[in-house]
Amino acid sequence: MTASSTHGAIDAVWRIESAKIIAGLARIVRDVGLAEELAQDALVAALERWPESGIPDNPGAWLMAAAKNRALDYYRRTKLLERKHEELGREIEAEHEMAAADFAAAVDSALDDDIGDDLLRLVFTACHPVLSTEARAALTLRLLCGLTTDEIARAFLVPEPTIAQRIVRAKRTLAETRVPFEVPRKDELAARLASVLEVVYLVFNEGYSATAGEDWMRPALCEEALRLGRILAELAPEEPEVHGIVALMEIQASRAAARIGPSGEPILLLDQDRSRWDHLLVRRGLAALARAEQLGGRLGPYALQAAIAACHARSRTAEETDWARIAALYDALAQIAPSPVVELNRAVAVAMAFGPAEGLALVDALASEQALKHYHLLPAVRGDLLVKLGRLDEARAEFERAASLTHNAREKKLLLDRAAASHKIRVVK
Amino acid sequence: MRFMVMVRATKDSEAGVLPDEKILTEMGKFNEELVKAGVMLAGEGLQASSKGARVRFSGSKRTVIDGPFAETKELIAGFWLWQVKSKEEAIEWVKRCPNPFSGESEIEIRQVFEAEDFGAGFTPELRQQEERLRARVAAKKKKKK
Repeated sequence: MTASSTHGAIDAVWRIESAKIIAGLARIVRDVGLAEELAQDALVAALERWPESGIPDNPGAWLMAAAKNRALDYYRRTKLLERKHEELGREIEAEHEMAAADFAAAVDSALDDDIGDDLLRLVFTACHPVLSTEARAALTLRLLCGLTTDEIARAFLVPEPTIAQRIVRAKRTLAETRVPFEVPRKDELAARLASVLEVVYLVFNEGYSATAGEDWMRPALCEEALRLGRILAELAPEEPEVHGIVALMEIQASRAAARIGPSGEPILLLDQDRSRWDHLLVRRGLAALARAEQLGGRLGPYALQAAIAACHARSRTAEETDWARIAALYDALAQIAPSPVVELNRAVAVAMAFGPAEGLALVDALASEQALKHYHLLPAVRGDLLVKLGRLDEARAEFERAASLTHNAREKKLLLDRAAASHKIRVVK
Repeated sequence: MRFMVMVRATKDSEAGVLPDEKILTEMGKFNEELVKAGVMLAGEGLQASSKGARVRFSGSKRTVIDGPFAETKELIAGFWLWQVKSKEEAIEWVKRCPNPFSGESEIEIRQVFEAEDFGAGFTPELRQQEERLRARVAAKKKKKK
């Protein structure tokens, strides 16, 4: 095996094992930053040894043992440093040896216990609300997904030193605020889970729709978010919102190939060639939604959004879409997670189900919404409804306004084309 | 990246001999690990070729041939679809698979065609190229008749 092919294999092993190793170590050393350093040391050892000795039969166990040894070394070094300031005597050394043995035993027992618990602890710690969402995302991609700083930087379109700093500061904040390495208590669980899911969805969206520039998709982030979501679904199978977010991501990802035309232009959902939807992912999404629904109780915001996506996913054609059901789901969403954007989407669904005039009434109610002042989709939707009502001049003005508000070049073109078209068409009643 | 991972058939699988309890249990655990890792997309066992059929295409002629088929090494007994970051990761997972049969066996790994293969650098121009490639492949398939 060449050195470079071993490296590829070691990367693969790292991707499979690193989160578990960091999680297991974090339980012992009580510091995710230190846990990651020790895990990285083990990786370095593997990179040095394996090209020559070959990849061991159980590479995960090898890495875990190497990391544990380094944890022991670290423990001895820090304890010895403490002892140096005191009297050094045989008793103290013996005590130290016993303490080291206890430590080793603790490490062994921790590694035997269900690593799933430790992974869950790591998830909640990396996504702790004391950190900003950006910091949580970077730390999660690093500790749980095993992405390099460079990969994270490229994914978020920021310089590598920025991400490096973000991660360093995040680890420091967790240590300084003494965030405990644990799964939150029942009364805190819902809120803490929400901050985890927020991170997962942020990563997914970053991959799914570019925030700047020409490119619409950075597929790798969608895959990482989906992977993370699927892992969470097995770590916390009793949480309906976890299945909800997985369902939402699977269904949205199912449209990846259909969302972009041959010259890179965006294709709206209702115009997409549905034969290009990935029906494996649609099925997986519907299965995940069923898991959420089977857990009972009122659907949460992610499950509701997934249910809406499922309505589209189930329709063979755009014409067969059950808009009344979608409007009802948006009603429910507006009650538990109201926002101007939800209200705007509700207006679109209501218009499709009950006519453009009804939809326009809801859109007009949003005219003074501060949050939507620079949101290009508000005038875009208004323009669309005005076209349907035959009010073409007003529609054109709205599309032009929408075009002026978007930063995405392709989207701008789409809107300007619609503005031009509003000048020509005649609505036939 | 997606990979199709195929378990090659053996004389036993073709004879409808079910794997023993131990293998079934271990395979169950392996499948669970794949699901827990977020890697598993789909996976199924295939019944012996005696329950299957082939359709041969020659010009406009279609000939249906019922199984079983003699060339065991041309057959598969089961498959998975996995989502992984690289071929090396697929290989690493396959290495962790318990031997699906008592005795010798083989598992084959094949990458699935996707636009996302080209990663973040997949510009509209490359996408167009990919569309053309797909069309060419499809045209070639039609020509083979």
